[in-house]
Amino acid sequence: MTETAGNGAASPPLLEVRWLSKHFDISRSWLKRILTGQPRMVLNAVDGVSFKIERGETFGLVGESGCGKSTVARVVVGLYHPTRGEILFEGRKMHGRSRGTMQAQVDCRMQMIFQDPYASMDPRWRVRNIIAEPIRAFKLAKGRSAIRQRVAELLIQVGLSPTDGEKYPHEFSGGQRQRISIARALSINPDFLVCDEPTSALDVSVQAQILNLMKELQRRLGLTYLFISHNLAVIHHVSDQVGVMYLGRLCEVAAKRTLFNRPQHPYTRLLLDTVPDLDMTNRQRQPVGGEVPNPINPPPGCAFHPRCPEACDRCSIEAPQLRSSEETLVACHAVEEGRL
Amino acid sequence: MTPSTPSCGNSPMSLLDVEHLRVEFPTRHGVLVAVDDVSFSIDEGEVLGVVGESGAGKSITGLAIIGLLDRPGRIARGTIRFEGQKINGLPKEAMRRIRGAKISAIFQDPLTSLNPLYTIGRQLVETITTHNDLTLSQARGRAIDLLNEVGISAADRRIDCYPHEFSGGMRQRVVVALALCANPRLIIADEPTTALDVSIQAQIIALLRRLCRDHRTAIILITHDMGVIAETSDRVAVMYAGRFAEIGSLRDVIKSPKHPYTVGLMNSIPIIGHEIEDLPHINGSMPRLHEIPPGCAFNPRCSRAVDRCRVERPGLMPTGNPGQMASCWVFDKESGNDGNGR
Repeated sequence: MTETAGNGAASPPLLEVRWLSKHFDISRSWLKRILTGQPRMVLNAVDGVSFKIERGETFGLVGESGCGKSTVARVVVGLYHPTRGEILFEGRKMHGRSRGTMQAQVDCRMQMIFQDPYASMDPRWRVRNIIAEPIRAFKLAKGRSAIRQRVAELLIQVGLSPTDGEKYPHEFSGGQRQRISIARALSINPDFLVCDEPTSALDVSVQAQILNLMKELQRRLGLTYLFISHNLAVIHHVSDQVGVMYLGRLCEVAAKRTLFNRPQHPYTRLLLDTVPDLDMTNRQRQPVGGEVPNPINPPPGCAFHPRCPEACDRCSIEAPQLRSSEETLVACHAVEEGRL
Repeated sequence: MTPSTPSCGNSPMSLLDVEHLRVEFPTRHGVLVAVDDVSFSIDEGEVLGVVGESGAGKSITGLAIIGLLDRPGRIARGTIRFEGQKINGLPKEAMRRIRGAKISAIFQDPLTSLNPLYTIGRQLVETITTHNDLTLSQARGRAIDLLNEVGISAADRRIDCYPHEFSGGMRQRVVVALALCANPRLIIADEPTTALDVSIQAQIIALLRRLCRDHRTAIILITHDMGVIAETSDRVAVMYAGRFAEIGSLRDVIKSPKHPYTVGLMNSIPIIGHEIEDLPHINGSMPRLHEIPPGCAFNPRCSRAVDRCRVERPGLMPTGNPGQMASCWVFDKESGNDGNGR
């Protein structure tokens, strides 16, 4: 379970996600369904996901493509409306009926950094306008000179020069662009950043610069991160708590050290086994068969059972729930029954 | 510039010998040099990993070898010898007969390497009959064998499927099967696993390794991912701004890198189990092709750069470890350095 941040149990976690589900209707049009006799089709991108993030911590969400990581991110920042479940920011419910003032209050404390620094900026805007847009939208600074001043501060904060504000995005390399996205995200003084694969499009030497910058900003500004990545080594480097997702569900949640030292869910073990061996220890790998199934027609029971070496009959019928086992929350019948 | 002996291979005649390769792209704003003075050789059954950041010239090197450089790109200097025969500058038709039959390629995105309008069977049979003297039914039999070999179950049924009916990992297996149609001696695999999920990536890597062992096929594996290299390669070449920064055996390059760039690169990769607050990183980023600095291309980012590095360009020099060479003045014998470059 998540540990309390230290200032007593009274303060709620900064963000709490409870039984979050997001379903997408991907049916064909009404007429086509009638003509071909097809039923409605629903894609369960996220299915009953719960986790908490304490203030100042980083929650890493890891999984293969199509497992619903990015959907979680988008629901959390409010780009999608959840199908079921709720999200609490400092103990207060978001996405409720009172959408409006509450939403605006939360919006200006939460920002998102996207994966592709080439696609997340308008190529025809100068960098200073890109960074100033949130400031103007939330009316956080008045007057040209005040905004200019703030943009210059932000550029310095992310390791760029104030004169870079006059340039256009194409004049920057991938790493510099990601710095600009970070500056834009920080422009409204948020408490909480959702980072969706922020370094996946970057080269390794640049990735290290961005990860260091993000950690430094976290220390300095007390930021809280929801950090999404498919790269386990990056998740290991940045996270305090880690959640592993598979086909829309969380299969294991634990503190970083616990998860990496004693992984319990067979899928977590599989993922850790696929990490290339850069220490050259000549570790023997277990080859893993199969692929991630189609989320439109996920297998019944535990979604992982067709690939799982520990699967039994129960796994193909009953979906396991997250239960605590030692210091870990894990959704696996085999762990629960003590077979693992 | 030191005219280094390019051959790091062991046999007197390697399968592929590349010497002083230089690829240029003439543009309106001057000539861009994408690959400069690249020399290496590869033996049969060997996997040479070529690693570098995007824009380092890895893919261009691969395309130059297989003769698929897009205009206006051209090989301005150097020779490429395959089985002792010079293959750069061959007439189109002669090169076409080598390509596919003796040297084949696997590219990053399996969806764009396959024709979406034809069944995979038709694509395989077409490639097989182009390079072998087989009847259609024999070719179909061979296609099924190939699909089985790359690990596609129920191959006799799935051979009549279209590419969109396959998942990403399965498509990449089909692309590998296509590359194997004519039993090539050399496969150039350009980021073959980058578009795939980690667990599928491990399967494709295992497949490539097995092919290499069973058929004595040589592979040039081009990737930006040091992890993939560590799992597959026998030797590694590190590219930076169009040049080889370092080449050597896998173990040497990963465990005791010599070139300051490789050292920085290896340090900046987060590794599970290593608890560090900040990753050591290299400042700045790789220069774009039109602004490569004089001297060593890495000098503006290098903490050990001296005046000579800003003026004179280093070639590959022996580092003391057998077979490991680095383009860094630290290893210059004449300057009295003992080669203990770190």
